[in-house]
Amino acid sequence: MTELDLLYSEVEEDLRSAVRALLADRCPPQAVLTRCEGPEPQDTGLWRTLAQELGVVALQVPEALGGAGASLRETAVVLEELGRACAPVPFLGSAVLATTVLLAAGELAAGEWPALCAGDRTAALAVPLSTAPDAPFPLGVRADAAGALTGAVTSVADVPGAGLLIVPADGPAGPGLYAVDGADVTVTARGSLDLTRPLVDLRLDGAPGRLLVGPDQAEAVLWEALLTGAGLLASEQLGLAEWCLATTVAYLRERRQFGRVVGSFQALKHRLADLWLDIAGARAAARAAADALATGSADAAVLVAVAASHCGAVAVRAAEEAVQLHGGIGMTWEHPVHLYLKRAKADQLALGTPGRHRASLATLATLPAPGGPLPRMPHV
Amino acid sequence: MTSADELVIRTAELLAAHDPAATEPLEFLRARFDAGLAWVHFPPGLGGLGAPRALQAVVDAELAAAGAPDNDPRRIGIGLGMAAPTILRYGTEEQKRRFLRPLWTGEEVWCQLFSEPGAGSDLAALATRAVRDGDGPDAGWTVDGQKVWTSSAHLARWAILLARTDPDVPKHQGISYFVCDMTDPGVDVRPLRQLTGEAEFNEVFLTGVRIPDAHRLGAVGEGWRIAQTTLNNERVAIGGQRTPREGGLIGILAETWRRNPELRTHELHQRLLQGWTDAEVLRLTGERLRQQLAVGQPGPEGAAAKLAFARLAQELTGLEVELLAEQGLAYGDWTMSRPELVDFTGRDAGYRYLRAKGNSIEGGSSEILRNIIAERVLGLPAEPRSDKDVPWKESAR
Repeated sequence: MTELDLLYSEVEEDLRSAVRALLADRCPPQAVLTRCEGPEPQDTGLWRTLAQELGVVALQVPEALGGAGASLRETAVVLEELGRACAPVPFLGSAVLATTVLLAAGELAAGEWPALCAGDRTAALAVPLSTAPDAPFPLGVRADAAGALTGAVTSVADVPGAGLLIVPADGPAGPGLYAVDGADVTVTARGSLDLTRPLVDLRLDGAPGRLLVGPDQAEAVLWEALLTGAGLLASEQLGLAEWCLATTVAYLRERRQFGRVVGSFQALKHRLADLWLDIAGARAAARAAADALATGSADAAVLVAVAASHCGAVAVRAAEEAVQLHGGIGMTWEHPVHLYLKRAKADQLALGTPGRHRASLATLATLPAPGGPLPRMPHV
Repeated sequence: MTSADELVIRTAELLAAHDPAATEPLEFLRARFDAGLAWVHFPPGLGGLGAPRALQAVVDAELAAAGAPDNDPRRIGIGLGMAAPTILRYGTEEQKRRFLRPLWTGEEVWCQLFSEPGAGSDLAALATRAVRDGDGPDAGWTVDGQKVWTSSAHLARWAILLARTDPDVPKHQGISYFVCDMTDPGVDVRPLRQLTGEAEFNEVFLTGVRIPDAHRLGAVGEGWRIAQTTLNNERVAIGGQRTPREGGLIGILAETWRRNPELRTHELHQRLLQGWTDAEVLRLTGERLRQQLAVGQPGPEGAAAKLAFARLAQELTGLEVELLAEQGLAYGDWTMSRPELVDFTGRDAGYRYLRAKGNSIEGGSSEILRNIIAERVLGLPAEPRSDKDVPWKESAR
């Protein structure tokens, strides 16, 4: 096991400051709240600014392809800030999931980078957001010999506005990952628990597809993309949990009942201390996963499973505690804490639930499940 | 600044001059201290080289590979983890030179006389009195009182001691910090039997114990502030330990699981996976704390790691007893003994389960640690206190 770097470098802290300042200016919680009920829930203007002013939509893409030539560690820092702002941008779908596939596709994806790196176009990976890394390769879409794709995919994130879809499909020679133009796909919006990361259903009716990754690599590349997504989602969950804790602490330092600041009551302080403790663990786990993914460590699958199961649960608890400890205010539509609750709960299901990631440790850490026949009930 | 390469050279020189195979362990340890390779982040002349703390691992690895003796850190944990950093920070030059070397080599065991029957979580309420006797060069202090929960008191040569030197000021202001000679005839150490059956702790009665003024640490009345250094270091010592994956309790549990397929149930499997994940998160949290300390950004994660450790240890040891089924009903030995080591992982599952109950009480109860996190890290206000500005002798106790 190589030495993990669990800290933030100066460069990473500078990147964080830049992203945080931009988000504070461009998408404060009240603006996100207003936008999520409007015609364009995702903020394409903000995306373009993230790309053109900060260059953060293609961080781990090599400079030769137009990216920043950084690593998944920096990408994870951006996700922390996007989670803290509950920002409605397609970063997870485009800059993480789709980008991982496109990088694996090498030369075949070369033409896609200029528009993606410039922020003029986004990409999405056409799988249900709930797909876990260890799920079987999806076969709901068929590709014929000419590369025409037919079938359906449900509950896909970050699709609206995406010019490029990466569609896993069952081709004539086996599973493959295909590039499909967004305009050639029927997109149906569906009601989504998470207002800031809306989901859609896709229907493909002979849509022209271009094979990016063939049967020899398709399953491995999809697994890598989902593993990377699940590992970096932990950083988004960390940022989200940190916002919930900070916002709740600020509120409890002001709110008075029984003639005292309610934050002085031990019953509440101890809950927040426990939450802080879990968030400290989330920070270590999320950093470990990001570092292992960035360095291509053989231990990455274990550290992703640990981070995904821990951080997913912590983010939900942070958001639930935030709602409860804001009292009646927390239950109102006008306070943005519900955006975080919805994002946290949806994130918990995204790319594998905590329980599913823990279950994968049965194999990864050699902790086998009970086997053999179940005990017989003598009188039944 | 001393580099890793330089430390490798210095370690090689130590090994060349003192072949571990042909040198008495104590002699080797003294030579290691004098070479500045004991705790490399300590200053030169005091067992260190003023090097980054992280580089200690380089020295330790070289010495372990050469089969060099260690100072049995588990036996002298209170000296290493609590007394030493406090003496380094607040001691006089004379105190540092007198105490640190035999402390590190293990020649002198240390214990801690802080808690009292009436001062546990409310440590600042302590009632042990230290009264000054005279003003001349031979002036000193006479100490009377009772302390409890004192690990290693029956083995210790020295103790760090908190005592009240001024009862006329509020409780936090009237405390001073001393080094107490455990061989003084006024020190009476009695074993305190625990629910595990053994007496790892003691109660210590102090009757007319003489302490020279030269063994006072820091200024009179500064004891509470100095004690914070001791207590913070205690928590970092627990939380900042470097452990491999599956080190400690989770390793024992995972091995039991792997070796005994017949014991496995689905419900226990879920809890095992949860415990394994929690243990790995805690390990990474400790690793992150260690990395922060190495680059000089000490964070409040020390208290957090201690709090999380207690919760996890209790979860895992309870699970282990259940997993063992019939064997979990057994208990090896209830005989009262006085162990030399504080042992969280030894003996059998029943012992581990019972011993872990102390983890959320010793070294700051989990409730007090939550207060510390809430007040000092999150900035939430303290509960109102009735005794804060009242002279200690007038406060309700």
